[in-house]
Amino acid sequence: MASEAQATESATGLPQLDFSTFGNQIFWLLVALVVIYFILSRVALPRIAAVLAERQGSITNDLAAAEDLKARAVEAEEAYRQALADARAEAQKIVAETKAAIKADLDRANEKANQEIAERVAEGEKALAEIRASALDAVRDVAKDVAAELVTVMGGKADGRSVTAAVNARMKG
Amino acid sequence: MATDAHGAAEPGLVFHPMDQFMVKPLFGDGAVGIFTLTNVTLWMALTVAAIFALLVMGTAGRATIPSRTQSIAELAYDFVRKMVEDVAGKDGLKFFPYIMTLFLFILFANMLGLLPMAFTTTSHIAVTAVLAMMVFLTVTIVGFVRHGAGFLSLFWVSSAPLPLRPVLALIEVISYFVRPVSHSIRLAGNMMAGHAVVKVFAAFAPMIVISTGIGLLVTPLSILAIATIYALELLVAFIQAYVFTILTCVYLKDALHPHH
Amino acid sequence: MEGDIVQMGAYIGAGLACMGMGGAAVGVGNVAGNFLAGALRNPSAAGGQTATLFIGIAFAEALGIFSFLVALLLMFAV
Repeated sequence: MASEAQATESATGLPQLDFSTFGNQIFWLLVALVVIYFILSRVALPRIAAVLAERQGSITNDLAAAEDLKARAVEAEEAYRQALADARAEAQKIVAETKAAIKADLDRANEKANQEIAERVAEGEKALAEIRASALDAVRDVAKDVAAELVTVMGGKADGRSVTAAVNARMKG
Repeated sequence: MATDAHGAAEPGLVFHPMDQFMVKPLFGDGAVGIFTLTNVTLWMALTVAAIFALLVMGTAGRATIPSRTQSIAELAYDFVRKMVEDVAGKDGLKFFPYIMTLFLFILFANMLGLLPMAFTTTSHIAVTAVLAMMVFLTVTIVGFVRHGAGFLSLFWVSSAPLPLRPVLALIEVISYFVRPVSHSIRLAGNMMAGHAVVKVFAAFAPMIVISTGIGLLVTPLSILAIATIYALELLVAFIQAYVFTILTCVYLKDALHPHH
Repeated sequence: MEGDIVQMGAYIGAGLACMGMGGAAVGVGNVAGNFLAGALRNPSAAGGQTATLFIGIAFAEALGIFSFLVALLLMFAV
């Protein structure tokens, strides 16, 4: 190798085709490759694989935890909704009961008032009828008196019974 | 140019686009033996150091919420692992450290080679050929160990009509043996070409020293070109590492599941 | 003199070999363009095919790199 290097001085020709340096290059290349291989397979690749696996694990864990929290949040919301619906139903019930009670009171009061009004109306009518009857009697008496006076003035003799009959007949119309 | 371009003080532009690829001893000026410390040694050591810094020191925190370096290390890990799993299948994951080694070595060697004054180890056919032969031998050995003679069914296209099969088998065998060649030359050629082009443009840049008139036009243009090619080279450095790795996965898939 | 002619031939050959790179450029453009056309028609399927895209580009461009290599060999190694 060395004698060949002397023979073909590397100044001429393509350096890549200078066979005298091949042994050197190949030797150092193999050394470098072996070193890299051991660095990678002993230290670097297992370490990176471990880091990646760990990260994957923690991501999975975090995702699971997030899922859990989300489920809990959904549950809480559900409970809140339920409570809200219950409260609303209760309120509705109370409102309906109160309304019914008020209505019943109102009806009773109405009834009573109607009854009173009816009583008063009946009383009034009775009084009116009495008043009318007494007024008719008064009119009749006045008419009898007036008729008897008239007959007397005209020179006749007033017969009480016939005057009364005549007035009654007149008043019947 | 090949023989007499290396004179000391020649006038005009100096083109040595290939000098950057020369393997030189780090100390002294002697011949390059097998164990000599050369610039190859230096830059491969830097590659190893960079990988160590990213994947070991970067992940030293083992944080669940990663730091920046740790994210990059995890990104690289996921990227290669997913590639192996998608292309070669679940049983290809046994080879994941091996493929990760190839990917990181090529990626970091390419990227470090883009530093100014750097030496690009992956631009040498010797280096890429060893990488490609390693892949080739691994794939072949795994294929035969897993499937015995059944691995040869890779070359016998059973879905083709019978008279065509011998022809196809010949083509398949040839293409199988050309794989390491194209695999290695693609990487080395890409790296070499890009760096040589940058160097050629760099040689045009001092034109303004020689002739102000032409230089006013040429120098800014060549500097712009260097910047552009450099950006492209950054992309190429990554894509070549990616392509080398994914082709390794594809070949590995052939070895693990040879039936078409 | 004879060496000069050989060198001239080598340089001309290198230049000719560089034309192969144009073919590789066409090929890479073809791969990328067709991928884009397909990806725009069915964007959901495009993501899974990027690996195939890069493999195709790599194969197409490797041949251009071969011609570049031939050019380099002619310039520096012959």
